[in-house]
Amino acid sequence: MPDLSIDFAGIKSPNPFWLGSAPPTNSGDQIMRAFDEGWGGAVWKTLGNPIVNVSSRLGAVDYSGSKMLGLNNIELITDRPLEVNLREMTEVKKRYPDHAVIASLMVETREEWDELIKRSEDTGCDGLELNFGCPHGMCERGMGSAVGQEPRVLEELVHWVMETASIPVIVKLTPNIGDITEPGLAACKAGADAISLINTVQSLIGVDLDLLVPLPRVADGSTHGGYCGPAVKPIALRMVGVLARDPRINIPLSGIGGISDWRDAAEFIALGAGSVQVATAVMHHGFRIVRDMIDGLDNYLAEKKMKSVNELVGKAVPGFKEWGELDLNYHVVAEIDDNSCIGCQLCVVACHDGAHQCIHQPGVAAVPGHVAPMAEIAATRASRSAAEPYRVPWVDETECVGCNLCSLVCPVDGCITMAERRRYPEKETWNERVASGGAEIPGGIKDLPPRS
Amino acid sequence: MTGGMSNKYQLPRVRLENDLVAKYPAYDAGEALSEAARCLYCYDAPCTVACPTSIDIPEFIRRIATENVVGAADTILTANLLGASCARVCPVEVLCEGSCVYTGWGRKPIEIGRLQRYATDNGAGDVSFDKQPPTGFSVGLVGAGPASLACAGRLALLGHGAVIYEKSDIPGGLNATGIAPYKMQAPGAIEEAEFVESLGVSIETGVAIGEDITPEELLEKHDAIFLGVGLGGDSSLEVRGGDADGVIGAVEWIRGLKTGDTMSVHHVKSAAVIGGGNTALDAARELAQLGVEEVRLLYRRTVDRMPGYSHELAGARRDSVIVVTDTLVEEVVVEDGKAVALKLVRADNGQPTGENTGILPVDLVVVATGQARMRDLIESFPSVEVDGKGHIVTDPASGVTGNRLIFAGGDACNGGKEVVNAVDEGQRAARAIHELLIPGKQKESA
Repeated sequence: MPDLSIDFAGIKSPNPFWLGSAPPTNSGDQIMRAFDEGWGGAVWKTLGNPIVNVSSRLGAVDYSGSKMLGLNNIELITDRPLEVNLREMTEVKKRYPDHAVIASLMVETREEWDELIKRSEDTGCDGLELNFGCPHGMCERGMGSAVGQEPRVLEELVHWVMETASIPVIVKLTPNIGDITEPGLAACKAGADAISLINTVQSLIGVDLDLLVPLPRVADGSTHGGYCGPAVKPIALRMVGVLARDPRINIPLSGIGGISDWRDAAEFIALGAGSVQVATAVMHHGFRIVRDMIDGLDNYLAEKKMKSVNELVGKAVPGFKEWGELDLNYHVVAEIDDNSCIGCQLCVVACHDGAHQCIHQPGVAAVPGHVAPMAEIAATRASRSAAEPYRVPWVDETECVGCNLCSLVCPVDGCITMAERRRYPEKETWNERVASGGAEIPGGIKDLPPRS
Repeated sequence: MTGGMSNKYQLPRVRLENDLVAKYPAYDAGEALSEAARCLYCYDAPCTVACPTSIDIPEFIRRIATENVVGAADTILTANLLGASCARVCPVEVLCEGSCVYTGWGRKPIEIGRLQRYATDNGAGDVSFDKQPPTGFSVGLVGAGPASLACAGRLALLGHGAVIYEKSDIPGGLNATGIAPYKMQAPGAIEEAEFVESLGVSIETGVAIGEDITPEELLEKHDAIFLGVGLGGDSSLEVRGGDADGVIGAVEWIRGLKTGDTMSVHHVKSAAVIGGGNTALDAARELAQLGVEEVRLLYRRTVDRMPGYSHELAGARRDSVIVVTDTLVEEVVVEDGKAVALKLVRADNGQPTGENTGILPVDLVVVATGQARMRDLIESFPSVEVDGKGHIVTDPASGVTGNRLIFAGGDACNGGKEVVNAVDEGQRAARAIHELLIPGKQKESA
């Protein structure tokens, strides 16, 4: 059985699955139950000076019958007394010495940082996570993402922390910034042991169309919140990948953002995450989801003949390129399997209205000289079965640009595949074309006829 | 469709159909949303092609999915004014749901009928119809069944006066008196007729053509006529004892079940239904569901020749109906004027062989071997002809008869099809009548 244990910047954990700092890590009781279910670590709900919260606090995007595709919250940091949190942290660490317990922190002044770091370390916790990501409420007071969005401020704060801290320090970044490498580099420069990302994305989840008040409603209004859940995964994945492939950033990354199952986790790990953090999926389904995460990752690693999860870390990073490095001579075209096609013709309408008009209904004749082997089959079959209309569309391969849209809308697994039709055997990238001076493409402004 | 029927039409409060439970409960909002979300929103969708009234099914389902229920009802009623009853009574297994791409894929089809019911139940009341200004023309319609209701409703929306003459005391035709109660009960049909009235149609009940008003008077009073007269009474059982007490026609029996207050099956231990069509299957299922211990369906040919739907036959078997094929009734055994048993003979391809197959004790015999035609009534209209089967001869595209001012549709023309076919024919006729009265871009259809 593959080894799932990790050593993340010196923090040891039986597996890479951690609970992110959020409502599931509000209390010691929750975290201990989570460890019992199998979670390897937990980042405590952010500690700091007492705050007040509002009601209500959460809103969600449902899509096509699926609940909570995205979740938005306007909750602040922990609303429990520091003393209680610290006492419970001590107790948890005592009872679960082999699990990773990480204190998430957010305060304002240097004195407060020093004191909170020492108090946290006194609990025996394994690491600290600096919350420079929270994009709502706290940032209005100069904390959270207000720090993460100012790389110089972030660098200075991390400096303070590194001078005091004696255990590993993870810097948590906000995605609400133009270039994620700036705060990433700042954290590195200041000597942080690791980076975690992403915190939530600034969002307004919706509007109550009866009351005409934004959501989640707090009496007569709402405020922007932080967006998380499956919807943000692609945003998080890119940001983790960007830091992972940057040679200047050479500290471990903890991946956060919409991770709901072992597949999501494996993708983050393959793009460079040494651990992953989960919150929304637990808020939706409970701690029990980790059982399948462990089992699924185990099976996947075994299938890929990897002895340890560490072998997977960063495996997909070399494939994450700039556009200019992609092979221009690679080409694919859609192929429709007429045995599995159910005749819904979603590919037809998607291609005609939303892509490149190359998928046609049976009965439409192929353009002479175009490559369309299925057109003839369609014509024959359509004439043969008049009672049961033949509804399998066909692809004009000459016109197909290989965009994938048809295969994405097709409801039948494996019915539409993209078949490789290389334009030329050798690879050529845009960057190479530019370097060789052949980057000019006819049909631009220069080639327009004179204005009349 | 909205909040139940008004007090205008009276039905007995206690009717035997009340004892039969609905086949499917109505969807709640969450169920409708999740079923609607399952719809693939096919392009050039086969369900719409299969619908005789061409309802844009993917469109109305998408509107349910976006919580635009009024818009969903609008999409349905724009294509089919009687969308509420069709949602309940359509044989979706052989129409829209039968052609759903999921069905061909071996998956459960979208429950289009139930979604349509959800949309019409919850949205139809708020649909605002685009009603044309009055034209001054008036159309008289004979019979208040689905064909006339659909035709009249369309005519009213086009600005024409529309007056329906109905012989019985309640409107709805077979929708009120003949639909299996587990699909729809009588008040649902009457409510829908009241919806059609709300579009500007007037319904005069208790008016018999030839008695209370003559065809000539109708033609004088109105600019055009639509005949939606349906079929006549049940065919009788032409054997010795066939007129005894305890022998009843299926249409009459079902009407009593749905709209009468004197029906009971308490005394019935063993019932026989004669016939193999959908009316026979309905009657047999209703008897079984009402608790009659032994219900036999006696059919003169083999199962594969049965005109009834195979899904209804399967339903009858689930309801414990005993299906007896290749069998004819030779005689009804009568005691004290009452039917007590049936003498049965073997049939070969529907013809008697002379081989006795026994005596079946019965308390009730329901005859479902067809309905008579309204030949006399139909032929009392000048230049309107019937064919050899007794069906009104019409141009199928317009419904026009041999008389350019008289149109027809529904069972009287097609010999007894579905409600949705009657609606389609009624609506086609409405368009043709409109063209006749106000000739437009199309050529005059008569």
